[in-house]
Amino acid sequence: MDILYLLVPLSVVLVFLIAGVFWWSLRSGQFEDLEGPAYRILMDDDRPHEEEGTNAAAEK
Amino acid sequence: MQSQATYNYKVVRQFTVMTVVWGIVGMLVGVIIAAQLIWPELSIVEWLSYGRLRPLHTNAVIFAFGGSALFATSYYSVQRTCHTPLFSPALAAFTFWGWQVVIVLAAVTLPLGMTSGKEYAELEWPIDILITLVWVSYALVFFGTLVKRKTSHIYVSNWFFGAFILTVALLHLVNSAESPVTFWPMKSYSAYAGVQDAMVQWWYGHNAVGFFLTAGFLGIMYYFVPKQAGRPVYSYRLSVVHFWALIFTYMWAGPHHLHYTALPDWTQSVGMIFSLILLAPSWGGMINGMMTMSGAWHKLRDDPILKFLITSLSFYGMSTFEGPMMSIKTVNALSHYTDWTIGHVHSGALGWVAMVSIGAIYYLVPRLWGKSEMYSVKLINLHFWISTIGVVLYIAAMWIAGVMQGLMWRAIDVDGTLTYSFVESVKATYPFYAVRLLGGLMFFGGMLLMAYNMMKTIAGGQAVNAPVLAVAHA
Repeated sequence: MDILYLLVPLSVVLVFLIAGVFWWSLRSGQFEDLEGPAYRILMDDDRPHEEEGTNAAAEK
Repeated sequence: MQSQATYNYKVVRQFTVMTVVWGIVGMLVGVIIAAQLIWPELSIVEWLSYGRLRPLHTNAVIFAFGGSALFATSYYSVQRTCHTPLFSPALAAFTFWGWQVVIVLAAVTLPLGMTSGKEYAELEWPIDILITLVWVSYALVFFGTLVKRKTSHIYVSNWFFGAFILTVALLHLVNSAESPVTFWPMKSYSAYAGVQDAMVQWWYGHNAVGFFLTAGFLGIMYYFVPKQAGRPVYSYRLSVVHFWALIFTYMWAGPHHLHYTALPDWTQSVGMIFSLILLAPSWGGMINGMMTMSGAWHKLRDDPILKFLITSLSFYGMSTFEGPMMSIKTVNALSHYTDWTIGHVHSGALGWVAMVSIGAIYYLVPRLWGKSEMYSVKLINLHFWISTIGVVLYIAAMWIAGVMQGLMWRAIDVDGTLTYSFVESVKATYPFYAVRLLGGLMFFGGMLLMAYNMMKTIAGGQAVNAPVLAVAHA
């Protein structure tokens, strides 16, 4: 099972990389507000307004 | 009114239409091979024989249909959540055309019998190189957009999409390492041999399930379920825990595909243990998605798009329970090599992956073509029921067939001889193959309804690119 000498170190490197990204996200404040982001995507109104026409730019 | 920057909806529209087109093509091939299992005489020429069409079916539904759905939804939601248009429209256009070329090449080479013989990675080396180029461009567009985001927070769906993109790149590079032999006919040899190759293959294979078919589609779920329900996700905190738990624990579930093979026993056990652990994050995510409806369950009554999305979550819950159970070695001794596995895969592929994509596409189409809703909501409802009944017929037939096959194969008479010959188990499976074909036909029929509904909506609408909205400050 020589292949494990590739796959196991690869997984270990990956875990460290993921841990690094986790550390970055922790330090950069990604987890500071764990309520607001859920509401913020709802405040983004993406429905087209058919009658007004000004809100949506027709594609040329 | 001054001219304003708009989101790049063009590439989203292209992938949206192709999702439906490839869905129909891939499922049609599925229906054909299901029929061939009942009537083998349907294999008229070698290009249309079961062995060549089966990889075409899996590639078409996973990478053409599922892939296009992931491109469309990730491009849409990353722009909306980051409040900025896509990074590099040219690269985005390249991902669309490049991906279509990959699919067309697959549809040509697989029936011609050109295959690397690796399940879900059958495409030969020139196509593998093109896939790599498209995927690197996809990563550049996606992460480029994240970098120029106007919000400080990166919404959870983007984390799932990002992990999916990076992991699939790694899986593809490691598993498709091969030495080219000839360009035409396309031929190469894998860099690995024997049990090493099997291990890499299923390390790839199961992580493709985990990151292509799970993490990517969870990205869809975390954006489109709250948007369609008009409610924030049940617990944002849980969604973050869900993400990190899933990606930290997924990597080593693959060996459960190789129980009772030449793979060392301890590796099989590691695979089983990691598969069992996965039940926790999977169900956490499933409950999180479902409970988003808490207090608004009445919306399910008359919103068929929500029905699709929430039903997909219940199939996700079912198959992520079934999967870990099947990875237990004693259960696997019964289920391995039977049609139970096919049932399990389709409860995930049709019930979860296809249904969450269909829901998201129904959400997208009116928004991309400037309409307030789809041409016919009634047809969406019909589509929902026809495909739900189709999936249930399909998986129930395969469960029964699979358990029956497993029991027949292991049945032993008092004198120590096998009770049944193999062909007797094949004969006993016929009625279930017929039910499975019926279920598949229903699901396929639903896709035709969707295509009609989409064409009518597009015909009555006009392609619009919504203006980029400033970030809302709560």
